[in-house]
Amino acid sequence: MRWHRLAAIVRKEVIQISRDLPSLLITVAMPLLLMLAFGYGVRFDIQHIPVYVYDREGSQQSQEFLKHFQASQYFNVVKTVDNYPTLIQALDAGACRLAIVIPVNFSEQLKTGGPVSVQALIDATDNNMANVSISYSEAVVQNYNREIQIDWLRRHGQAGLQPPLTVDTRTWFNEDLESTATIVPGVVAIIMAVIGAFLTSLTIAREWERGTMEQLISTPVTPLELMVGKLVPYFVIGLLDTALCAGMAIWWFQVPFHGQWSVFFLSCTLFLIVVLSMGYVVSVVAKSQLAASQTALIATFLPAFLLSGFIYPIDQMPVVIQLITHLIPARYFMTIIRDVFLKGTSIPLLLNDLLALAIFAILLTVLATRAFHKKLS
Amino acid sequence: MLGRIRGMLIKEFIQVFRDKRSRFLLFGPPVIQMIVFGYAATLEIRHIPTAVLDFDNSQVSRDLLSRFTASPYFDVRTRLSDHRQIGDLIDRGAVTVALQINAGFAQDLRKGQTAHLQLIVDSSNSNTALIAVGYVNQIAGRFSQDYQRERLLATSPLIQSQLPSIVLDRRPWFNTDLDSQWFFVPGVIGNLILVMVVSLTAFAVVREREIGTLEQIMVTPIGRLEFILGKTVPFFLIGLFDATLVSLVGTLWFGVPFRGSIGVLAVGAILFILCMLGIGLFISTISMTQQQAMVSGFFFNMPAIIFSGFGNPISSMPDFMQWLTYLDPLRYFLDVLRGVFLKGLGLEVLWPQMAAMGVFSLVMLIISVARFRKSLD
Repeated sequence: MRWHRLAAIVRKEVIQISRDLPSLLITVAMPLLLMLAFGYGVRFDIQHIPVYVYDREGSQQSQEFLKHFQASQYFNVVKTVDNYPTLIQALDAGACRLAIVIPVNFSEQLKTGGPVSVQALIDATDNNMANVSISYSEAVVQNYNREIQIDWLRRHGQAGLQPPLTVDTRTWFNEDLESTATIVPGVVAIIMAVIGAFLTSLTIAREWERGTMEQLISTPVTPLELMVGKLVPYFVIGLLDTALCAGMAIWWFQVPFHGQWSVFFLSCTLFLIVVLSMGYVVSVVAKSQLAASQTALIATFLPAFLLSGFIYPIDQMPVVIQLITHLIPARYFMTIIRDVFLKGTSIPLLLNDLLALAIFAILLTVLATRAFHKKLS
Repeated sequence: MLGRIRGMLIKEFIQVFRDKRSRFLLFGPPVIQMIVFGYAATLEIRHIPTAVLDFDNSQVSRDLLSRFTASPYFDVRTRLSDHRQIGDLIDRGAVTVALQINAGFAQDLRKGQTAHLQLIVDSSNSNTALIAVGYVNQIAGRFSQDYQRERLLATSPLIQSQLPSIVLDRRPWFNTDLDSQWFFVPGVIGNLILVMVVSLTAFAVVREREIGTLEQIMVTPIGRLEFILGKTVPFFLIGLFDATLVSLVGTLWFGVPFRGSIGVLAVGAILFILCMLGIGLFISTISMTQQQAMVSGFFFNMPAIIFSGFGNPISSMPDFMQWLTYLDPLRYFLDVLRGVFLKGLGLEVLWPQMAAMGVFSLVMLIISVARFRKSLD
């Protein structure tokens, strides 16, 4: 490797990038956009589930019961209706996700004792939301039951009844169960995958498509110099974006950072090498920019998004898919970055993941240097 | 004019179907993405790795813990004897939940005092943590109820039989088994059409500009409108074909029901593809290189997917984000997809969504065509 040739390639690439001002601006805007979109758009804490109620009795007690739904932050009682067809229409149209129907002789039945059945019609299209609606409405019902039972027992001369069991919950690492604390650190990995996929993957394909590859081949530059030269500018952009993301995570979204910066940047560097090499290989193989972009989407971005545990938990996937995730570098990076941010984990506990990333980095750089041959087709 | 459009169309189709690689690109990526998404995307949480620590070791404490062992939501992996082990296990990520019962548990219950169950949760993944806390509370609540009932039954059976209570009669509609594939698969169809049509359309025009063949076309007698039609009609057809293909994969492979009419879905798909053609054309007017087109495409795609309600319910987003979702055509198309697949809805319910997409596509196409004229001159 000759330094002056390497420097020349780097300079050429930097000039090319800086001439393309819109793309350059976008590399800065991208982390901001993704951070905001994921930070605000992806929330696991389901709240304000729209609810319709149909009170077939309309007594004081039924209203009292429904108030418990209104008071819950998880439900948003949008409307009270007086017939089934309207209710069904609302569920069809998605105007409500949950409909509570109170039977005609609700208070009477409660007086005579024994269980009274209250209907909960659930739009289960979104299975997760349906699950959550069920468990929150169960909680509302349980609370109400306890209230009326205590009251009833007191009136029948029994001592006030204490709940036999309570759960003392302690949540570690993310006390308020904030979605942003889980999602936002992961966005760093997504950003890097995007840079690898969308920027690097076009660098070689572009030369082929524009016909400038012939000129490059006729120079004494070696494949290794070409690769390193092409990737260095994107590496720098990637690191800047990472720092930008980390800054936003900490100052804008208030995600705690408990770990060490050295571990953070070490893992970022390794992962950046992985995605850049991947993008480069795709670029060499694909030849056209359209093909390169589509392939890169599937090879780098999609796995980082879907199979890394970013949003969808890996241990819930079918076993075959779980095995495949071991081949996805983003999976290891995702673990590291979350642990470093939220748990403050240091190197000894992260050794396996770091090693896996390092192995991928070595394999892919070797593959990248081998992929390109100085030949015309 | 028709002859010229035909010439343009033939040229485009040749370009699209020219070699094996580009033919694969049209149909391979959507099917791969469909399958990976279908298997990987689930927010359901089961088999949460759990450790238990029972200092009381009484019959009731064992009864309580056995309810966790029996539950499909918890996977009780280790029984500990020292509470210091909990920290270690959670730090390593070996367990997500630890349950601890202190000595005196059975005694508290017997004396009618409130007994405590200690719950420690790793909340670095807030989704898993939220769901785990919910399940623990459900199990604890049921234990409480059962215990209370037995106690009353022993002391005053008459009172027990008259104790008022409400039971929730849950009826999940449209997706009775709460299957997450039924929820995600129709959504993926929308995502794929969005990504495919936008990037193909944007690339097709920008490619001509970048490699300099646009000038050649401009010197032919082809008019602006003919050029635009020639560029969009092929992708419109490919979009429709891909929509059919992934819908078939969804129903035949994943077994998602198709309860509505194909006609309604077709109307929705056509309107949505028109929206995406408008976006693709618009991107091509603001991009000089394919790299710019790709990045701008991503800039549109990512928020469009996140804010459509694809994975996370819109009703849980911050208010101002909820308003923004009305500008997202994918939001409407997802209503149509899920409405037709799972709910079997017709136009009488879905017309507002259709109208919204119609207006969006019209506005977008007019803006793009207007800008397009300028950008060609």
